[in-house]
Amino acid sequence: MKLKKLLLLTLTLAFAVSLAACGNKDNTSNSATNAENNNAGKSETAALSGSILASGSTALQPLVEQVGKKFMDKNPGVSVQVQGGGSGTGLTQVSGGQVQIGNSDVFATEKMKDAAAAKELVDHQVAVVAIAAVVNPEVGVTSLTKQQLVDIFTGKITNWKEVQGKDQAIVIVNRPSSSGTRATFEKYALGTKTEDLKGSIQEDSSGTVKKLVTDTPGAIGYLALSYLDDKVKAVQYDGVDATVDNVVAGKYPVWAYEHMYTKGEPDATTKAFLDYFMTDEVQNGDVVELGYIPANKMQVKRDEAGNVTK
Amino acid sequence: MKPKAADKLATGIIVFFALLIVAVLVGMLGFILFRGLSHISWDFLTSGPQTIREGGGIGPQLFNSLYLLILTMIITIPLGLGAGIYMAEYAKPNKLTDAIRLIVEVLSSFPSIVVGLFGLLVVVQYFDFGFSLFSGAVVLTIFNMPLMVRVTEQAFRSVPKEQKEAGLAMGLSKWKIITSILFPVALPIIVTGTILAAGRVFGEAAALLFTAGMTTPHINFSDWNPLHHNSPLNPFRPAETLAVHIWKVNSEGLAPDAVQIAAGASAVLVLLVLIFNLLARWLGRALYRKFTSIK
Amino acid sequence: MKSNQDTPLLLRKHRTEEWIGRGYTTICVLFLIVIIVSIVYFVATKGISTFAIDAVSLSDFLFGTTWSPDDNQFGALPFIYGSFLTSLLAALIASPLSVCAALFMTEIVPSWGKKILQPVIELLAGIPSVVYGFIGLSILVPFMRDTFPGQGIGVAAGAIVLSIMILPTITSIATDALGALPRNLKEASYGLGATRWQTIYGVIIPTVLPSILTGVVLGMARAFGEALAVQMVIGNAPHIPTSLFESASTLTSVITLNMSNTVMGSVQNNALWSMAMILMLMTFVFVFVVRLLERRHKI
Repeated sequence: MKLKKLLLLTLTLAFAVSLAACGNKDNTSNSATNAENNNAGKSETAALSGSILASGSTALQPLVEQVGKKFMDKNPGVSVQVQGGGSGTGLTQVSGGQVQIGNSDVFATEKMKDAAAAKELVDHQVAVVAIAAVVNPEVGVTSLTKQQLVDIFTGKITNWKEVQGKDQAIVIVNRPSSSGTRATFEKYALGTKTEDLKGSIQEDSSGTVKKLVTDTPGAIGYLALSYLDDKVKAVQYDGVDATVDNVVAGKYPVWAYEHMYTKGEPDATTKAFLDYFMTDEVQNGDVVELGYIPANKMQVKRDEAGNVTK
Repeated sequence: MKPKAADKLATGIIVFFALLIVAVLVGMLGFILFRGLSHISWDFLTSGPQTIREGGGIGPQLFNSLYLLILTMIITIPLGLGAGIYMAEYAKPNKLTDAIRLIVEVLSSFPSIVVGLFGLLVVVQYFDFGFSLFSGAVVLTIFNMPLMVRVTEQAFRSVPKEQKEAGLAMGLSKWKIITSILFPVALPIIVTGTILAAGRVFGEAAALLFTAGMTTPHINFSDWNPLHHNSPLNPFRPAETLAVHIWKVNSEGLAPDAVQIAAGASAVLVLLVLIFNLLARWLGRALYRKFTSIK
Repeated sequence: MKSNQDTPLLLRKHRTEEWIGRGYTTICVLFLIVIIVSIVYFVATKGISTFAIDAVSLSDFLFGTTWSPDDNQFGALPFIYGSFLTSLLAALIASPLSVCAALFMTEIVPSWGKKILQPVIELLAGIPSVVYGFIGLSILVPFMRDTFPGQGIGVAAGAIVLSIMILPTITSIATDALGALPRNLKEASYGLGATRWQTIYGVIIPTVLPSILTGVVLGMARAFGEALAVQMVIGNAPHIPTSLFESASTLTSVITLNMSNTVMGSVQNNALWSMAMILMLMTFVFVFVVRLLERRHKI
C-alpha cells in the first residue's frame, strides 16, 4: 500500500512539474504576480513588467547579470534572467525566439550561416573589450610590431631571440578557431587569419590561457585587458601600450564590441533594459568596474567591415 | 631465475604497484584538502560568489548541487525501480529482454558529453526548457537510471527463492509479493546503490555545462515558492553546480582569489563525495542488520 | 482455475494489483527504450547532416587531417586519432597497475589488502573529473614540463590523467573476477608445488583473462568519452602529434571547446555533432566487444 501511495505521489509530482513548466513558459503571467507582490516600489517605471531572458557569451555574462540585478531592483515588475552558453548559443537562441537577448562577442553576420536570419537581429553594442598580446615575463620582450606578431603566430619566428628577446623557443597559446577573442585578435592585431600550428596549445578560457602563459617558459597568448596583472607581461603593439585610454582615443586597435542582439526591435521592457545599459550610471559604473570599456565613451566607431570612423 | 626468486620479485612488484596506487590517492587527496581546507569557512559555504572582488563563496552552487541531486532522484528512483523490477520479475528470458539489457548497458556507457549534447538539443532547445535545473536533472537521470535498474535487478534477484514461493503459496498476487515481501529484503542493496549513483551527480560537469548552464541567477533565499522565478526551488531557473563552478572559476575567474576558491570548492566537492560513500556503506549495513535481525 | 464464486472480490483485487504493477514497470522500461531511441535518432540526424546537407564528404571528414572551418576543411582524423591514442595509452598504463592492485587484494594479502585498497579504489572512482583536470594542470603538467621535452601539456599528460581515472573501473572488475575463482584451481596448483607467482602467472591470469580484458575495454570506453579533464591538459592543437609530449586533440576536447561558440545549423556545428556521433558509435563498438568477451568467458 505504501508503494501505491509513493506511486501516487510521484505521479502528482510529475504532474505538478509539468504544470510548472507550462507556468514558466507563460512568463508574463508569472511575473505579473511578482509585480503585485512588490508593487509598493517606485512608481515612475511601474508600467514595466514582463521577463527578459538573455543567453550567450560567457565573457559578457557577469556584466549583464550585474546590470540585470540593478534593473530588477529599480523595476520590481521585471525579471531578468541571464544564461551562459557561449556566443553561438546566444545567437542561436535569440534567432530562434527562445530568448529576448542574445549576447555575443562577435557580429552576428560573422557567425551565422543564414544571412537572412542574421539580418533580422538588431545589434546593441553595450561595451568594448580590448585584447592585448601577453607573454611570459621571462622572455624579455616588451614590444612587438604587427609584422612580428604575424610571424610568430604563423610560425615564421620560433625563437624569442629573433625579436630581441632571450634565447627561448616560442610556445603559442592560442584560442580555438571558433573563439570570438581569436577572431578579434586575428582581425585587428594580425590583420590575417592564421592556421593552427602544430604543437601549439589551444584553450578557450581566459583563465587557463593566463595560467599557461604564466607557467610556461617562452609562452605567448592574448587576453582581454580585464585579465591582465603582473603575472603576465602585456606587450606593446607597434609601440602603443594596451591601455583603456589608448583604446578610447583610437590609438590601440585591438578591440571589439560586446553585442546584445534582439530579434527585430525589442519590446518595451527589453528596450528599457537596453537603454538602461547605455546610461552613464551603468557605463561608467558597472561596465568599468567589471573591466570593460564603456561603449559611449569611445571616440572612434567601427563597423562590421572594420572601418574606423571618428 | 629460480622460481622462488621470481616469486619474491613478482610479489615485490605487485605490492609496489598496489602501494603506488594508495600513494597516488593519498597524494591527491592531501593536495586537494591541504590547499582547500584552509579556505573553507561557514562564510565561504553560505555566501554568494563574487565576480571581481575577493571573498566570494559557494553558497548558491552548493545549494544547486544538492537540489539538483534531489530533483534527479525524484525522477530517477521511481523510473529506475520500476524498470529494475520489470527486469527481475516480469521479464521473460527472450530476445526482447536481451535487447533491453543491451540498452541498459549501452546507456550506462554513453559518454557524458554525448548525453549532455542530446540534452542541449532536445530538452534545452527543442522543448525549450532553457538552461535549467530541470534540463540538468533529465540528463542526469539518463546517466543514473541504468545504474538504478541494474542495482534494483540484482537486489531483487538476491532475495532467496523460498520467500517468493512462500508468498505464492499464500495466494498473493505477484505485485503484492514484490512490494511487501521482496522489496523490503532488497531494500538495503537498493539504498546503497542509489546513494552511490546519486554521488555521481556531484561530480558531473561536462553534461551540465550544456544543460543546467553556467550561471546562477540572483536567488532569493527567503522565497520558497517553486513557481517564483527567483525562488531557490524553481526548477526552471539556470543553476551552476559546484563541479561546474570549479570549471568556470578555473577557466574564466576574474576574482583575485579565484585559485583559492577553486581549491576550496574542490575540497568541499571531494568531501561531499567522501561523505556520500561512507553514508551509503553505513546505511546499507544498518538496514541490512535491521532486516536480518527481525527475521 | 477452480470456480471463483467464493472469491471474486479478492481475485478482482489481485487482477487490479497485477495490472498496476505490470503496467507501471512496463512504462518504466518503455521510457528506457524511448530515451535510447531518441538519443540515437537526434544525434544521428544532426551528425549525418554534415554530409547530407552541408555536402562535406565522409572520407574527407574521416581521413582528412586539416581542421580549418574557415576554409571549409573539416578533417577530423587528428581528433579521432587523438582519442584512440590517449585511451589506448591510458589503458596500457592503467591495466598492469589495476591487475597488480587486484592481485594484491585477492592473492597476496587477502586478509587486510582489501580493507585498504577497496576504499582507495572507490574514492578514486568518486573524485569528479573536473578535480582530476585541476590536479593535472597544477601538478602533472609542471612536472612533465620539467622532466620531459615539450611544454608539459600534451598526449602523455592526457593519457596519465585518464589512466588514473580508469584505474578503478579495471581494478574492480579484475578483483571481482579473481574473487570468483574456484578455490580448487589454486589449491591444485599449489599442491603441485608451484610458487605463488607461478600459480598467478600460469593458472590464475589465463583463467580470468577475458574478465580482465572486459575491464580494460570498459576502462577504454570511459577514457574515450571523458571530456573536461583531458581538455585541460592535452593542449588541443588540431594536428596529429608526432611525439607524446606534443599538444593534440581528442573528439571530446574539440567538442567542448567549440560547441558553445558555434551557431546551431552552421557547418562547423554540424561537424561537431558528427564527432559526437562517432563517440556514440564507438560506445556501441565497446559494448559489442565487451559482449564478445563475456560470451567467451562463459564457455
